Amino acid sequence: MQNTNIYTLGIDVGSTTVKTVVCTESGEILHSDYERHFSKVKETVIQQLQEIAEKFPNARFRSSMTGSAGLGLANAAEISFVQEVHAAFLAVKKTFPDTDVVIELGGEDAKMIFLTGGVEQRMNGSCAGGTGAFIDQMATLLGITVQELDEAALKAKRTYPIASRCGVFAKSDIQPLLNQGASREDVAASIFKAVVDQTVAGLAQGREIKGKVLFLGGPLSFQKGLRKAFVQGLGLSEGNAIFPEHAPVFVALGSALYALESKDSPKTAELLLQKVQKAKVRSDVMTGEKLFSSREEYAQFVERHKQCDLRYADLRTYEGNAYLGIDSGSTTTKLVLITENGELLYSHYSPNEGQPLDKIAERLKQIYEDKNENLHIKASAVTGYGEDLIRAGLSVDYGIVETVAHFKAAAFFCPNVDFIIDIGGQDIKCFKIKNGAIDSIMLNEACSSGCGSFIQTFAMALGYDIGEFSQMGLFAEHPVELGSRCTVFMNSSVKQAQKDGATVEDISAGLSSSIIKNAIYKVIRARSTDELGKNIVVQGGTFLNDAVLRCFEREIGRQVIRPAISGLMGAFGAALYAKQQQEENGETTLISPEALEKFSYTSRNIRCGGCTANCLLNVIKFSDGGKFISGNRCEKGAGVKRETEVPDLYDYKYHYLMNLVKKNPKHPKAVIGIPMVLNYYELLPFWYTLFTKLGFSVVLSGESNRKMYFKGQHTIPSDTVCYPAKIAHGHIEALLEKNVDLIFWSCMTYNLKEPNTDNQFNCPVVAYYPELMKANHSGLTEENFFNPYLDINSRKNVIQVIRKTFKKYNIYREVPAAVDSAYQALADYRKLVMYKAKEIISQARAEGRKIIVLAGRPYHLDEEINHGIHKLITSLGLAVVSEDSVAMFGKMPHLHVYNQWTYHSRLYRAAQYVTTQPDMQLVQLVSFGCGIDAITTDEVRSILESSGKLYTQLKIDEITNLGAAKIRLRSLLAAMNA
Amino acid sequence: METKKTEKPERDYPIFTVAMKETHTILIPTMLQIHFQLLINVFKFYGYKAEILQSESKKVIEEGLKNVHNDTCYPALLCIGQFMEALKSGKYDPNKVALMLPQTGGGCRASNYIYLLRKALKDTFPQVPVISLNFVGLEKDPENGWQTPMPMIIRMIYAMIYGDMLQTLYNQCRAYELVKGTSEKMLNHWIKKANKILCTKDYPNTKKYYELMLNDFAKIQRSQVPKIRVGIVGEIYVKYSPLGNNHLEDFLISEGCEPVVPSMLEFILYYLVNKVHEAKLYGNYKATTPIFQGLYQFFLAEQKKVVHVMRTHGVFIPPHEFEHLLNSVKQYINLGVTMGEGWLIPAEMGALAESGTENIICTQPFGCLPNHIIAKGMSRAVKERYPNANIIAIDYDPGATRVNQENRIKLMLANARSSQK
Repeated sequence: MQNTNIYTLGIDVGSTTVKTVVCTESGEILHSDYERHFSKVKETVIQQLQEIAEKFPNARFRSSMTGSAGLGLANAAEISFVQEVHAAFLAVKKTFPDTDVVIELGGEDAKMIFLTGGVEQRMNGSCAGGTGAFIDQMATLLGITVQELDEAALKAKRTYPIASRCGVFAKSDIQPLLNQGASREDVAASIFKAVVDQTVAGLAQGREIKGKVLFLGGPLSFQKGLRKAFVQGLGLSEGNAIFPEHAPVFVALGSALYALESKDSPKTAELLLQKVQKAKVRSDVMTGEKLFSSREEYAQFVERHKQCDLRYADLRTYEGNAYLGIDSGSTTTKLVLITENGELLYSHYSPNEGQPLDKIAERLKQIYEDKNENLHIKASAVTGYGEDLIRAGLSVDYGIVETVAHFKAAAFFCPNVDFIIDIGGQDIKCFKIKNGAIDSIMLNEACSSGCGSFIQTFAMALGYDIGEFSQMGLFAEHPVELGSRCTVFMNSSVKQAQKDGATVEDISAGLSSSIIKNAIYKVIRARSTDELGKNIVVQGGTFLNDAVLRCFEREIGRQVIRPAISGLMGAFGAALYAKQQQEENGETTLISPEALEKFSYTSRNIRCGGCTANCLLNVIKFSDGGKFISGNRCEKGAGVKRETEVPDLYDYKYHYLMNLVKKNPKHPKAVIGIPMVLNYYELLPFWYTLFTKLGFSVVLSGESNRKMYFKGQHTIPSDTVCYPAKIAHGHIEALLEKNVDLIFWSCMTYNLKEPNTDNQFNCPVVAYYPELMKANHSGLTEENFFNPYLDINSRKNVIQVIRKTFKKYNIYREVPAAVDSAYQALADYRKLVMYKAKEIISQARAEGRKIIVLAGRPYHLDEEINHGIHKLITSLGLAVVSEDSVAMFGKMPHLHVYNQWTYHSRLYRAAQYVTTQPDMQLVQLVSFGCGIDAITTDEVRSILESSGKLYTQLKIDEITNLGAAKIRLRSLLAAMNA
Repeated sequence: METKKTEKPERDYPIFTVAMKETHTILIPTMLQIHFQLLINVFKFYGYKAEILQSESKKVIEEGLKNVHNDTCYPALLCIGQFMEALKSGKYDPNKVALMLPQTGGGCRASNYIYLLRKALKDTFPQVPVISLNFVGLEKDPENGWQTPMPMIIRMIYAMIYGDMLQTLYNQCRAYELVKGTSEKMLNHWIKKANKILCTKDYPNTKKYYELMLNDFAKIQRSQVPKIRVGIVGEIYVKYSPLGNNHLEDFLISEGCEPVVPSMLEFILYYLVNKVHEAKLYGNYKATTPIFQGLYQFFLAEQKKVVHVMRTHGVFIPPHEFEHLLNSVKQYINLGVTMGEGWLIPAEMGALAESGTENIICTQPFGCLPNHIIAKGMSRAVKERYPNANIIAIDYDPGATRVNQENRIKLMLANARSSQK
């Protein structure tokens, strides 16, 4: 054999791309390659190896493989494997040894390596979006390419807050921004900023990112807007932000270095090729049944569903009255025009590309142009997320809640319908119909939304269009089982299936089946499919996909009705509604053809000065001088003045507590800081009285807001804990800035004792969060942070603990009397809340208002946590009281759970009380991540439903989007008035 | 712990009656592979028929998702899923089985599993009774056929103690055995033997049996090349159950590591001493407090014996002394943190790091409430004290894929290997 060169070869098989690097033993890169693999992992690797074999005919290679999708292949091909973060670490050590921190964003992973001050390598946990795939998804949402998104971001003027925890949350923030007309540039920049926040929150976990920061991975090397967001977000100077030339193949380089270091024996490229070609990747993917056994079976299926079609009429020839229905959905825009008899004159379905108003105006213009001159649009109605905007802009006659619109449309096809399920681009909506009214509504919670659009994004990622992709699943041989969870998790299931050799067809069928399982078992949470109902109508764009429809029918073992206009049902329902409403009345208010010609609008942002929330308002001015304001949480921002205040106990309690600290001693023994979080929303009167009586002065951390949250974000160790806990980190920062002498925050295993309970625990988070704070904030010490353990039910114990904790202040003698006053203050406060509730209830009854018991926890008073939902309720004309205020009026019902938490036991009694009051309904607030509410929600639901009450649950998190909450509340209102 | 005593509880579910002792088999979910085999032997000794469920099929998770709220923790989902799968499999006559779940009565969701199981059974198997395995007097009822008198409790704890010793020895041998399968053979041999011992009066004579075990396991031919020791701490179910943690111990063995799993006795002692501490902390001494105190002291002595015998024998690495755990954890967290695994997790992390097992996997169900505080919340504090500690938290839930988990563990192992050099 002639003298051959020995090189090192690194192969990086990522979730979306394959990268290879060939370098010399001294680390000089001779060759590199970067390609998307579209889930054809093995083929892409082989192709790149072939190129290498041609380019270096006589060389031998020390080789190693890395990457999230590379493990199986490496094992099967007997190529050594190195974990990808470790590979990056090796490459950094070699090429940029003075780096302090490395940040790498990949297709689906985010990684961070700290090199100085204790080496640490981190990866995002199982709950994380904010990566390349997330950016892809967002671009799809905006209807532009990633490159266009990037360019748009560079032109941004401002950014909006977007929830950064997970892609699905961010989507729900972005959608309303788009619907409200925020500029695409600003939204693009906001998306990148969310990625930065996500990275910091998810990976830094209390460690500061400073010094020289090296950025790696595809997105960071190709997207300038993202780079800018990181440099600005981390406050890096020019010289401290390094974007290496070989960033996309950097990890492959690390893999090559690993091969060198581990002294892998050199092999020829041909041998490596053979090994990869021969590699049989172990397959432990679960597969399900085929969707259709034959083409004939499919043909019959199609024929059966064809029967549910509307009759059509011609827009150009039809003369007479017509009714327009518009559904301005979260991702799509739908319009229908129908005749008196419900025949379809015109229909339109398209992505709104973030510009719903433009899209609809455009379509309307077309209708005006094409229609017969004797066709007379007599009335119009709009539904969906964009309802308010479209109504304001185009003077549409009526607005209607989505759920009601869908019900109307479904009843047209199936008058005795008892269950409707709608899977749209972003959400799943299901509702049961009882006695001709909507009985219970189930919407997907923020964590699993985005179902329809998920398939779409996936189709694109694999290089197919959506129609083609879903069609491929129909005859898949072995549909993969992808589980039924949130789409972010599905991503990694798909990754695993790909790795194990599933075909695109199998994946397509698997995705269809997952969406259905998600809907049935996660959203509806049906125990048996019979629970759903007998006469089921399915709708929403996603059901136009035959594979999805087939999976649904198979899962429930029943045939269902899918109208051919499945995707247009909201709009069709709105049109029917318009017809019904207008039958008696006069002319439509809909914008005229002439006005529409001249129609235009401008949009700008201002801060509302109405209250301390300082909501960011988006003001749209229409060419006719009209205005539309969004982003406001209450009427003040919209410039509306109420005639009478709707009574609201949340508002009352909140202001009462925030203004409680009035008198502080003139010469205090010390200044005690109290973070206004968690149980302080109930116990503040106790502690305030105790401390002031003892001669201390009390300072509160202040009102929560998003800025405060971000300030404390870097000390949060567990990103999946509930928002009410996470925001505490900001309150601690606020107190430290106020220079208090000490912060007092007691640990309490036990909460106040409530009647008829099995125990009186706090939840683990409320009980012990002070411990977490102390362990994760370097500014807190034994001297300035007091978190003693005490049992508030025991006077003796409280006295003992307070004496011990404040020993150095010489207060031994005063403690018992101060503690007694504190107990009195707490009792007085609780009584006050109860009296106030009584007052509100009688006032509401006198004014003929219905009453909502907004049931959560004491800390749900915080407006940053409840997002002003109580104001949303009062804006609908309903009075609001809280769970703790009415719990004492109710009895403890018979429970099927272990009733051991104080706050939660109040929910049960409050629910029982509601069942005895005809003019009351209960709305439960649930913080995302609250594990205990997984138990309480089902129980509260069964207490309410057993007495014919409706159960409404609102899940809240960092997100500020009230869209879903509004739908639920308006549907509830519609049902209450039915 | 206070439990409300209602005279005649309103009951809409069947209980395990005295007569059922004869007719019914008690089904127990998978959790501790070794210990539970000894435990059901004790049940049998007291006249109960019992069987451990083994199924790990995909159906288990499916049934779990179907039958409990999906935000409920993973252990509940798996246990209930396993029960429902078993009942639906046709393998058991639903009229002849009862189900058993442990209940600690603490402030985390686990105390509610049993209620969730009953809810799940209500529609499909309303006749199947559920037994609460607890030691704080929950579900006390004169009609209840499941009774645990003190001697039985003591024997059950001994079953755990023998299980601990076997688990420790098995793990320390398995990673190093030269002839594949010899450790497992020895384990099975000893499980049979321990079962016999537990049926004699001689079972508290642990020293003698420990020595026999140690000698037997020491005979297994083992490689002397040291391996990376990886500690497994975390929520008790996913820490131990291969169904919960995707066979974590086997995975670590396949990666050439030695899994180090803290003993069940530590958890029992943690549980007992908490009862004593809480009484002290909040000044609420109860009639049961001295009983817990006595049990604690008794089994603490037993734990010391384990350490002592192993140290004297000299071949295998003994566990940490429990009192050391207790004292050393105070630098991170107060002993008042008693929900879930409470202060025990940071204590175990610290003790592992201190004794040279710096690589630690903290297993937890996704969204586990206590673990926000005691696991993720404390790892910074532990790392500050032991800068070389290489801790990784792994979430387990029905949607998390094995690839994802193993990839993260591999990252931890890469760190471990590079610091080993």
